Amino acid sequence: MTVDSERTITLTVNGVPREATVPVRRLLSDALRHDLGLTGTHVGCEHGVCGACTVLVDGAPVRSCLMLAVQVDGHEVKTVEGLATDDNRGGQVLHPVQEAFRECHALQCGFCTPGFLMTISAGLEGRDSSAELTEEEVDDMVGGNLCRCTGYANIKKAVHHAAEAMKEAR
Amino acid sequence: MTTKLFGEPVRRREDARLIIGRGRYLDDIGSGALAAAFVRSPHAHARITDIDVEGALDVEGLIAIYTYEDLAGPMAEPLPILIPHPQLHAPRTGYSLANGIVNHVGEPIVMVVATDRYIAEDACDRIAITYEELPVVVGVDAAREAAHWVHEDIPDNIGAIHHQETGDVEAALAASKNTLSFTQYIERSACIPMEGKGVHARWDADDASLRVYTSTQASTSVRAAIAAKLELSLDKVEVIAPDVGGGFGVKIVHPWPEELLVPLAAINLGREVKWTEDRREHFISSAHERQQRQEITVGYDDDGRLTALDVHVWHDHGAYTPYGIIVPINTATQLLGPYDIPVYRARINSVYTNTVIVTPYRGAGRPQGCYAMERTLDRIADALGLDRFVVRERNLIQPDQFPYDWGLTFQDGRPLIYDSGDYPGLLAKLKTLADWDGFEARRAEAATRGKLLGIGMAPYVEGTGPGPYEGGHVQVLGSGKVLVSTGLTSQGQGHETVFAQIVASELGVSIEDVEVHTGDTRRFAYAVGTFASRAAVMSGNAVALAAQGVREKALRIAADVLEASPDDLEIDEGLIQVKGVPGTSIPLRTVAVLSNPLRYAFDEAAKQATQFAKAGADDTAPVAEGDAPGLEHTDYYSPVRSTFASGAHAVEVEIDPATWEIEIAKYSVVHDCGTVVNPMIVEGQVHGGVAQGVGGALYERMAYDADGQLQNASFMDFLMPYASEVPDIAIDHQETRSPLNPLGIKGAGEAGVIPGTAAIASAIEDAVGRRIASMPISPTELYDLVRNPDSEMTATAGRRAGTGVTS
Amino acid sequence: MKPAPFRYADPGTLDEALAVLSAEGEGAKVLAGGQSLLPLLSMRLAAPATLVDINRVPGLDRIEATGDGVTVGALVRHNQLLHDDAAARVQPLLARATANVAHPAIRNRGTTVGSIAHADPSGEMTSVLALTDGSVEVATPSGPQTIGWRDLFVGPLETSIHGPAVVTSAFFPALPPRSGTAFAEVARRKGDYAVCGGGVVVTLDDDHRVTAVRAAYISVGLVPEVHDLTDAVIGQPADGADWAGAGALARTLVDPDTDLHGSADYRRLLVGVLTERMLIEAVARVTDE
Repeated sequence: MTVDSERTITLTVNGVPREATVPVRRLLSDALRHDLGLTGTHVGCEHGVCGACTVLVDGAPVRSCLMLAVQVDGHEVKTVEGLATDDNRGGQVLHPVQEAFRECHALQCGFCTPGFLMTISAGLEGRDSSAELTEEEVDDMVGGNLCRCTGYANIKKAVHHAAEAMKEAR
Repeated sequence: MTTKLFGEPVRRREDARLIIGRGRYLDDIGSGALAAAFVRSPHAHARITDIDVEGALDVEGLIAIYTYEDLAGPMAEPLPILIPHPQLHAPRTGYSLANGIVNHVGEPIVMVVATDRYIAEDACDRIAITYEELPVVVGVDAAREAAHWVHEDIPDNIGAIHHQETGDVEAALAASKNTLSFTQYIERSACIPMEGKGVHARWDADDASLRVYTSTQASTSVRAAIAAKLELSLDKVEVIAPDVGGGFGVKIVHPWPEELLVPLAAINLGREVKWTEDRREHFISSAHERQQRQEITVGYDDDGRLTALDVHVWHDHGAYTPYGIIVPINTATQLLGPYDIPVYRARINSVYTNTVIVTPYRGAGRPQGCYAMERTLDRIADALGLDRFVVRERNLIQPDQFPYDWGLTFQDGRPLIYDSGDYPGLLAKLKTLADWDGFEARRAEAATRGKLLGIGMAPYVEGTGPGPYEGGHVQVLGSGKVLVSTGLTSQGQGHETVFAQIVASELGVSIEDVEVHTGDTRRFAYAVGTFASRAAVMSGNAVALAAQGVREKALRIAADVLEASPDDLEIDEGLIQVKGVPGTSIPLRTVAVLSNPLRYAFDEAAKQATQFAKAGADDTAPVAEGDAPGLEHTDYYSPVRSTFASGAHAVEVEIDPATWEIEIAKYSVVHDCGTVVNPMIVEGQVHGGVAQGVGGALYERMAYDADGQLQNASFMDFLMPYASEVPDIAIDHQETRSPLNPLGIKGAGEAGVIPGTAAIASAIEDAVGRRIASMPISPTELYDLVRNPDSEMTATAGRRAGTGVTS
Repeated sequence: MKPAPFRYADPGTLDEALAVLSAEGEGAKVLAGGQSLLPLLSMRLAAPATLVDINRVPGLDRIEATGDGVTVGALVRHNQLLHDDAAARVQPLLARATANVAHPAIRNRGTTVGSIAHADPSGEMTSVLALTDGSVEVATPSGPQTIGWRDLFVGPLETSIHGPAVVTSAFFPALPPRSGTAFAEVARRKGDYAVCGGGVVVTLDDDHRVTAVRAAYISVGLVPEVHDLTDAVIGQPADGADWAGAGALARTLVDPDTDLHGSADYRRLLVGVLTERMLIEAVARVTDE
């Protein structure tokens, strides 16, 4: 074990092994955006309140501005760029929550959107899709992220829409 | 005009890239750029006696340090006054980097450029600045009292006195049956978009040209400002607004110091330079809005009809006045609302304080005006024992009174004339939607649960779509793609979709073929900007006119080819055909090819247009006189004056009398923005506006201490609503077309926020029976109000309690 | 806002962690959940020379619930504790309080022990440690130490722990028999720090009469405080005890401050109201728990 100012980290991002050499103080949000070129994750406050920077670390939603890049060495990270899946024909299949956001007009400027998509997708995937979605579950999925444009009404609608789609897809 | 898509809730085109994380916001651009950071003043008012950069010089990765000493020519002059006005008698602006004096916490003093932002901040930390602190002025009252000045040569702190009147208000008051006077306050909030400001600049030395990306609401004007300040020819500067993560008004101010300094550094260093504002910077060096002290005297008869209104406002505009007195003018003119007011006087003293500048925030002075008017009507209702809704109804401008000329001047310099509206209709819809008349039963039910329920309402009128103009360019390419450009900008309003709907409807093409670009001076160089709910009105109409021009030319060319009259032709799904004669048709994209007579063919389609391809008359020129090659058209929409949207909100609040927590139990909106292009997008704008209205009424307040320190410069303590704080909203619509523009559109962007504070204040007052004269209000403040034996009880509460207190 | 430079170590054992902390001295800080520390670093309100990240140290992520109480390891995340049924059965206050901590994404990283070591008087878990009369286990180069909550919390954001040390676990004694608990807070927005909040434990005798009432509050003092409210209701039958009186007594025992979100008087008001509401709730749970 060494005490370092810089580290080389290896991690899996959206299923792809990646490597980066970063100063140890590099925030995970900045490492994703600038060292790994994945600018879909946005930075709204850098004090953990707005949730725009939310990504999944080992499947759980976390604020990437409240983690150091060196802390995900050896871990799995998923960002908004990894939400859609390959259709094996050169195209992409959107995640139900992405479809739902477009269908329900749940985004306007789009800046907070990746944080919501990651939090909601993890929430929907982590529950029994055959069960009726409760308001409490919706609150847990949208209650910790700030949006200045939409007033949240359509975001909540999109959660219901996506849950319904995932129920039907079973 | 085909209206297939016009008026439809078409799903947004911009979403495709945004939902997969492929938006290009400012900080996503220029990964190889150097990073700028700033040393900003920690003091609200001070002289700078020394700047010592020695300690920063050995930070590895430091590239350059700039102070005021490094600025020359126009850059060494103060920032421009964007909107001068004869009543702005003592305007002041700051310098791009402080010139010896700082007037608010956050004012930039030193710019550091380094290899990355982390290192730039390290260097900033090592720069030692010595200050001589000066007395600090915070808040309208301190500014009024003028025990201290903000600017030495403006000892009374008054930057402007905005004065408009329609008659002799003092005489009218004297002749009024009843009068009442009161004073109330409304406090500062701010736009706080999720993405702060940002600037990226690249200088091409070979070409001597500058490209600037900036998260702005006004690219064309930023371009002009940069060219002027950096002494570049306009044609050597391009400014592009990339994807912008919200604006709400703060990004209309320009040029921000950073918009000049980052390009200056890029030119100076021959490298790309980028600055991305962080959240703390945004709180202390962008803009705020809303603080006013309002002194109101009103005359009224026994039926509650207004006879005279005299408003004297003290408006806090912060340390500088780059945006002139637009916000005070909006307060003065929009205060009038939908009411028929015989005599009116507004005097607004706009004063300096040692705080962040005040420039438009969604509503831009209108929420304050609505608050003044509606709370006045609440007091009249209270004094007379009348239903608050009835008092509004009795004062409304009637549908047959349009156009209603106030004899005042609006923020666009034009006469304040309401063009169309149906205010009685609006209120009738609201009464039904909100079930106003059924409220007392709900109040009684809440009481059985130990809760205090109150209801309030507030209508508003909003001047939208001010000029001077916007333009649109529409071009059909040989591929069939339709390119649409307009110079104003987008921050989430769905312009790429709305303008595509308009053009697709006009041209008869599939919306999938239409691509819209906004805010890019390379594509469209003449524009004003996105503000005052004007984009749909201005650019919507401009692109419609441009599309009409394209349609006319296309039909003319097609008529020639099909040997028909243009009047017999129609366009549907990109195919021009003779009405009722399928088979006699030509694709629009082929017409586009033919519109450009070619010597050289470079692909199959182009072959059709070459000089030997079609038989043409030998005595006519390939390009007729007055015509031009290509299937494109540019047109402009310039309104004679603004068009007036309107609406009304009703709110029910439920208050826990043990903890004084305030919950919104019901929120109803009726909304009129004339012809609606995309109802889904309009509703989204209303939702967002209401959330900001709720935030401004119950949660958001800029908390400055007496030393001018902003105590809540973070999301932890500046409380913007999460989903849990925003109520569900019921919305109904009304459409009174605007007679001023071909599409009949009125603006919709700001509507949701305008009456929030007024309606919520009224509801809380109704619930607790105590006069609310300061907003926003939090539970701790409500507790203080209610337990204070000196706080005023409303007469209504007295009547309800049977005490017979009348005032 | 980016952190000032620091050096970083991620030891693989507790001994390694202590060795690094000793070697790096005063300027070294332990990093576990990071949800409180990282914003301070980014705002440059804290600038430790070295961060010692204990997330790789094995064995610190266990929750042990026995008849005596619940031991929560240093790397147990809030969400883990929130969903631990065994822990909730032994000491119901744990899940009740944890549910109020911030938002789910914060709870995925933040740790119970980290909250306690941070010693924020607005922190839910510090009040629970106090109310349950708990303690922390601290590893030091000279061996492990147990520190009771009263000795631990010396000031706002300050504990009695000095020198190289790693808090390895927190111990929350079990709920006594015939007792009920409640936890409540009033916050400006859902998930915010409380303007005022707290927890209560009420204990009854075999005749269903009150024998003990204890309460701890957050955001009303500089350090967590436990108050004995028994006198207001002692011996009274649980149904219809003078809970309002208990609330009134609590009001006289706290000395809150005024800040942006609430005045001292308002906080006192809330102490009274919340105490009464919590006691009614807690007593209804006595047969369940």
